[in-house]
Amino acid sequence: MTSSLSRSPATAFRGAGFKLPRGAALAVLLLPAFVLFAAFVILPILQAFRFSFFNWNGFGAPSEFVGLKNYATLIEQRHFATALTNTGFIIVVSLFLQLPLALWLALALYKSTRVAAAVRTLFFLPYMLAEVAAGLMWNFVYDGNYGIAHQIGALLGIDAPFVLGDATLVMPAIAVVLVWKYFGFHMMIYIAALQNIPDEMIEAARLDGASKWRIVRHVKLPMIRSAIAVTAFFAVTGSLQLFDLIVPLTNGGPNNASLTIVGFLYQFGVTRMRVGFGSAVSIVLFLICVVVALVYQRALKRMEA
Amino acid sequence: MAKTDTRINADYGVSPLQWLGVGVMGLFVLIPFYITVFGGFKTIGELRTRPFALPEHWDFTSFHAVMESGPFGQMMLNSLLISTLTVALTVLLASMAAFALVHIRFFGRDYLAAFFTVGLLFPVATAILPVFLLLRDIDLLNSAWGVILPQVAFGLAFAIMLFRTFFAELPKELIEAARMDRCGYLAIYWYVVLPLSLPIIATVGVFTFMTSWNSYLLPLVTLSSVDHYTWPLGIQQYQGAYSTDWPKLLALLTLTLAPAIVFFLFAQRYIIAGLTGGAVKG
Repeated sequence: MTSSLSRSPATAFRGAGFKLPRGAALAVLLLPAFVLFAAFVILPILQAFRFSFFNWNGFGAPSEFVGLKNYATLIEQRHFATALTNTGFIIVVSLFLQLPLALWLALALYKSTRVAAAVRTLFFLPYMLAEVAAGLMWNFVYDGNYGIAHQIGALLGIDAPFVLGDATLVMPAIAVVLVWKYFGFHMMIYIAALQNIPDEMIEAARLDGASKWRIVRHVKLPMIRSAIAVTAFFAVTGSLQLFDLIVPLTNGGPNNASLTIVGFLYQFGVTRMRVGFGSAVSIVLFLICVVVALVYQRALKRMEA
Repeated sequence: MAKTDTRINADYGVSPLQWLGVGVMGLFVLIPFYITVFGGFKTIGELRTRPFALPEHWDFTSFHAVMESGPFGQMMLNSLLISTLTVALTVLLASMAAFALVHIRFFGRDYLAAFFTVGLLFPVATAILPVFLLLRDIDLLNSAWGVILPQVAFGLAFAIMLFRTFFAELPKELIEAARMDRCGYLAIYWYVVLPLSLPIIATVGVFTFMTSWNSYLLPLVTLSSVDHYTWPLGIQQYQGAYSTDWPKLLALLTLTLAPAIVFFLFAQRYIIAGLTGGAVKG
């Protein structure tokens, strides 16, 4: 049966006299992806590593070797400390507010009813919008003269605060937008995992007299452990890259109070063409990403064991 | 108590408190969309006094202003071109590589597979400065290809992973039978494997399109002239130009998001398949 399926292509090609030797076929199949990947992913990260030891503006060859000075400058930079703190804050909110919220909603919405499916679509919608557009939308929501902030202020009889212009409120305000944009993504991963739990398991637990939340705690959560690990991984790596969303909201302001790691990289490395210093920032971010990936791998292994 | 539940479904129902939570989150998600869509039809004064009401008069001037202000159409077209080419190249290169990695035995295969997975480790941002310099040196700054090539490269790792998972589950006999018929590897890839791979092509394609359509940092760094701008850069440009002329900005948002939302409603199951196929299994 299978041979009849494959005969037509085979004969078609024999007729054309088209058959490359194995080595050539491998080259045709693999080289384009390999070259592109090596040139634009692997080579740049190696170069960033090298450039980070130079003081260089990108013109000519990097000649002024400065050793670890870029990294030393980075550690002393007040704004970099802010960027790290902000990124840490975003990670904490993502992990400990967003994920439990997404899980709670997934537990309510994972069954295949019409209403649940419609609500799921709505909750997933913000995830696929461009960060820049979502940020601009929320810039309006937060606008103290026109947006919802203005309305709430009017209701309370006060002048609405401009939360995005306030150094202490700006990060919580951004965190709200972040949750708005991404909770549906995490919820969808939980839902896919919850739908894979065999009904008999839940039925058995229920016949044993387990209460609703005991079933969640002792049956459902253990069954979706790897999904929880995945969402935690995405929440952390996503937070580490946060930049696009913040540009239309605050552009890193006020007074650099809402800088993230990538925001710092863009502001102090890319726009000023400080290739060496910017590369040092890249490498720090790269190392954090690698550590996160390793921790995630180990966690997965331990779960399977 | 629980006894009153007569349905066959073994699980407990959803409690009123849970429905309340769902309702609150529904409002939280909807309100920004609601005020954006209707805000574009309002005047700035109406926006201030009646933000939640439907517009008093459906005023299209903001929409006309945005559409006629030059770069809007051009930016959407630029994005469409870049995203389409990115999808085509990513699907082609990733499926070819994944086919070789799964169905051809050769020396160093596992190392090469691991090599590509390295790309899952870090985001574009970590390599942005060297990528910029490389594009400058090969004269691709400020061109569509300068955005497309790095986007494809950074999308390859994820795409190859999805294709490998899918190809590994194709029946082995199919490929062996084709080999028996003295069919070359390229012919097997093109005539046997690809036609069977439409679901995964759709998933990778939709996912890549979405990522490319929304991408911001790479175009921001590489594109410098307005006529090359993609739409996320355009939004930034308009935000600078209109400042707090919110009806125009909201009209702009509606115009740019409408096609994306329509696309999403059709493609959502492929996006979810990409997430769960690549995520939950791994």
